Amino acid sequence: MKSPYPPVGTLSRRSASAAGAMILVGSVSAVPAAADEGGTDTLTVAMSQQVDTFNPFIAQLAVTTNILHHVYDRLVTVDPETNEPAPALAESWEASDDGLTWTFDLRDDAYFTDGEQLTADDVAWTLTTIMENEDASVASGNYVSAFEEVTAEDDTTVVIDLERPQATMTALNIPIVPQHVWEPVLEEEGDAFADYDNEDFPVVGSGPFVLAEHDRGQSIRLEANPDHWRGEPGFDELVFRYYTEQDAAVEALRNGEVSLVYELTDAQATSLEDVDDVEVNFADGKRFQAFTINPGAETRDGEEFGDGHPALSDKTLRQAIAMALDNDEIVERGHNGQAVAAGGYIPPRYEDFHWEPEGDEATLDFDPDAANEMLDEAGYETGDDGVRTSPDGDRLELRMHVHSDRPDNVQTGQIMEERLRDIGIEVDNQTVDPGILSDALYDAEYDLIFTGWTVNPDPDYVFSIHTCDGLPTEPGTMQGDAYFCNEEYDELYDAQFEEHEDRDQRAEHVHRMQEILYDEAVVNVLSYPNIMEAYRTDQISDIQLEPADGGNIWGQDGYWAFWSAEPAGEDARSGAGIPTGVLVGTGVVVLLLVVGGTLLAIRRRATAGDRE
Amino acid sequence: MTSTPTATEEPAGAPREDAPAPGGGRARRVALYVLGRLTTAVVSLGAVIVAGFFLFRILPGDPVRAMTEGREVSLEQQEELRRQFGLDQPLWAQFLDYASGLLRLDLGVSFQYREPVADLILERLGPTLLLAGTGTLLAALLGLFLGARAGWRPGGRGDRVNTAVALFFWSVPTFWLGLLLIVLLASGRGFFPGLFPTSGMTGPDATGFEAVLSTAHHMVLPVVTMVAVIYAQYLMIMRSSLIDEKGADYLTTARAKGLRDALVRRRHAVPNALLPTVTLIFLNLGQVVSGVILVETVFSWPGLGYLFYSGLHVPDLGLVQGLFVLFAASVILMNLLADLVYPLLDPRVRP
Repeated sequence: MKSPYPPVGTLSRRSASAAGAMILVGSVSAVPAAADEGGTDTLTVAMSQQVDTFNPFIAQLAVTTNILHHVYDRLVTVDPETNEPAPALAESWEASDDGLTWTFDLRDDAYFTDGEQLTADDVAWTLTTIMENEDASVASGNYVSAFEEVTAEDDTTVVIDLERPQATMTALNIPIVPQHVWEPVLEEEGDAFADYDNEDFPVVGSGPFVLAEHDRGQSIRLEANPDHWRGEPGFDELVFRYYTEQDAAVEALRNGEVSLVYELTDAQATSLEDVDDVEVNFADGKRFQAFTINPGAETRDGEEFGDGHPALSDKTLRQAIAMALDNDEIVERGHNGQAVAAGGYIPPRYEDFHWEPEGDEATLDFDPDAANEMLDEAGYETGDDGVRTSPDGDRLELRMHVHSDRPDNVQTGQIMEERLRDIGIEVDNQTVDPGILSDALYDAEYDLIFTGWTVNPDPDYVFSIHTCDGLPTEPGTMQGDAYFCNEEYDELYDAQFEEHEDRDQRAEHVHRMQEILYDEAVVNVLSYPNIMEAYRTDQISDIQLEPADGGNIWGQDGYWAFWSAEPAGEDARSGAGIPTGVLVGTGVVVLLLVVGGTLLAIRRRATAGDRE
Repeated sequence: MTSTPTATEEPAGAPREDAPAPGGGRARRVALYVLGRLTTAVVSLGAVIVAGFFLFRILPGDPVRAMTEGREVSLEQQEELRRQFGLDQPLWAQFLDYASGLLRLDLGVSFQYREPVADLILERLGPTLLLAGTGTLLAALLGLFLGARAGWRPGGRGDRVNTAVALFFWSVPTFWLGLLLIVLLASGRGFFPGLFPTSGMTGPDATGFEAVLSTAHHMVLPVVTMVAVIYAQYLMIMRSSLIDEKGADYLTTARAKGLRDALVRRRHAVPNALLPTVTLIFLNLGQVVSGVILVETVFSWPGLGYLFYSGLHVPDLGLVQGLFVLFAASVILMNLLADLVYPLLDPRVRP
């Protein structure tokens, strides 16, 4: 029987013409990214997180707080060379001998973008508002909790009186806002202040960039502030574009749509390494990756709760668990080599505060045989199935909660499962959604659980969460993340907190605290994952890393990267004279014509077939 | 949710041969039918609202902790956020607040965007309707067109090729196909130049007509992805319903009149075979607003689908329950429309 349908050849011819159409469109509409008709140099950053609010008193999410860094200056920043506090709005600062009074001398050449000078009144008003207005304390309230009073002595002198000395005074990460703009806003909004989104563009700020446009869900545009006291930024514009899918953002970097992509996975970073005009930056990690062991959760009043494995309150068992794990293996197999094996709590990029166990201190190095021996001695007997039982008769079957959204953690979890098996511990690997993990942590319904923190140049906060004050007042309200409480640790914590004069002395305390954390084996740090980001060298010729050696671009504590970034020269860019719109238009029209034509042809051929 | 109207559901329509003469009785039956459908729709919507509220409260995770994750915040700051979000209230109070807001068409406030959910939805509705509407329309046209051909000669080579291709794309994960298209046609690697933008809806700084063209250019890949994945269902429905019609007597009559084969198909068989597909199209129209979550996410399309996806992570309770009500309401509405339109198209199921 003869088929009335067109022979096979037609099909391939059809698809061939369709492909032809695509190529045709492409050849006319491929758009060079950085080139603009007006000659503006634009640095485009791919981002994925949404904007909560540009209200600097309220903003919580990383993208917004980072962008606000560039819009509002702070008193003190971080030196990219030394990682130490460096002048920003404050040219110099001084503490009284008792550490209770701090005087900041402001520079006299700082202006807001509406032309008004930035004075001590603006600083005092900003800080006082955060102290007194609960609504306005959401973003930065932690920094001012020990402030008693802030006064503007004259135009360039701010005096802060404290309730107790604190070493964190040079790490106040608070955006200073113009009083003349915000005072009326605060009055007008009243109780609804938290809902004020600060989107009256251009936003009046004092930083090196001006927030100029927010196209929700699509892009955020910042313009350079040519009159900034530190000097004009290299680029005229900074554009953040949404890429909800990171792999798509990587492709956008390849074709030049964006200049910078951050937070890459190691697979993405590796794939970009051989691409022309793309530089992959492997920076030292700011983050530590750890797992904590539930030592028996208690409230501050000593009320036990949760359902952690009872044997884990035994320090010997916890130490044996730590000794069963090889951090080098976790780096190699868990992070595919893109991390540094951990010793102490603070990553090595902060040289002064970093500590790692050396020589005799390194009691918990990888040594499964010694771990087995310790457990044998402590009365943990091995059963027929190779799993130990605690002296109280509880089988050592431990739940382990792992973040399912972090591939590195998932792989690390699998390694840990194997290694703990070697010392007679059975692991029930629960790789779960972050929400489930967080619920398990706060309800203390876990045995082993993954955690990790990004550490700032001033490490106070990541230590504060392990003080006894970090324990919950009632179940579910924990401030910390490990139900850890140790008196000696608390004393050291207070000592380092109040040590505002001698940085070396403070570092000494900080090292001792890490030693305690290490020895108690409740918080067990595994690795410091590298930061991976990539940028186009044909769009950005030069960019300042922080720290200068082995540092990162995105998420700096200062605004060095985007302020210093220089556009690549004209010749490096593949410019095109014809406006994009025309190109795009022609492409679309051609596509429509070709598709229409093809459809028509198919149709005609089909009816011809029917007629036979 | 409402039941889907199908031919088998004819509400006691067939055995009513002794029905009273048309006139008042018929109008009453129609009114009753419409009223019945309306009641079902309203009850379904109410159930969805209640279920949605409590369902999302069961989601693991705490919005405040999720939003402040990795930030150096104190307990007091978290408490203040909880108060601002209204999460310090007991559950029943939150529900009353939510329900009374709904009566005023106030869907509540999103935690992470800090905006009224209704505003967010309105802002994103346009892009979603544009993308999903275009995609559904093209998929329906393509599917019906190919399905009619395939069903007319089942087992033929055209049928086998078309069905195989359609089912292949149907079973391909949307995410993967979208990324593949980006890699092949947008990244400018290998022998292909970067033909299309990787993502977004319009290019930067485009205005007026330029913006329209730019949007069209940005739409190509998402629409292709969407059409490729969903056109199979139209094709298969059309194909099977045409196969059902093929043996019908009226086609023999048409052929006896000497009509060309193409005409018999187009004028006689296809219109009848279209009926079951109407239901499908309406059902799909209902899902238009929610159904493109994956496509929107791959291509960073600023629509409702991605909004929902971003809300689930936190969980942004205000946002997800607002969207949930909207998605459910649109499905219910389209079902209702299908229920009401179907009798107009098919006299056999008229009340």
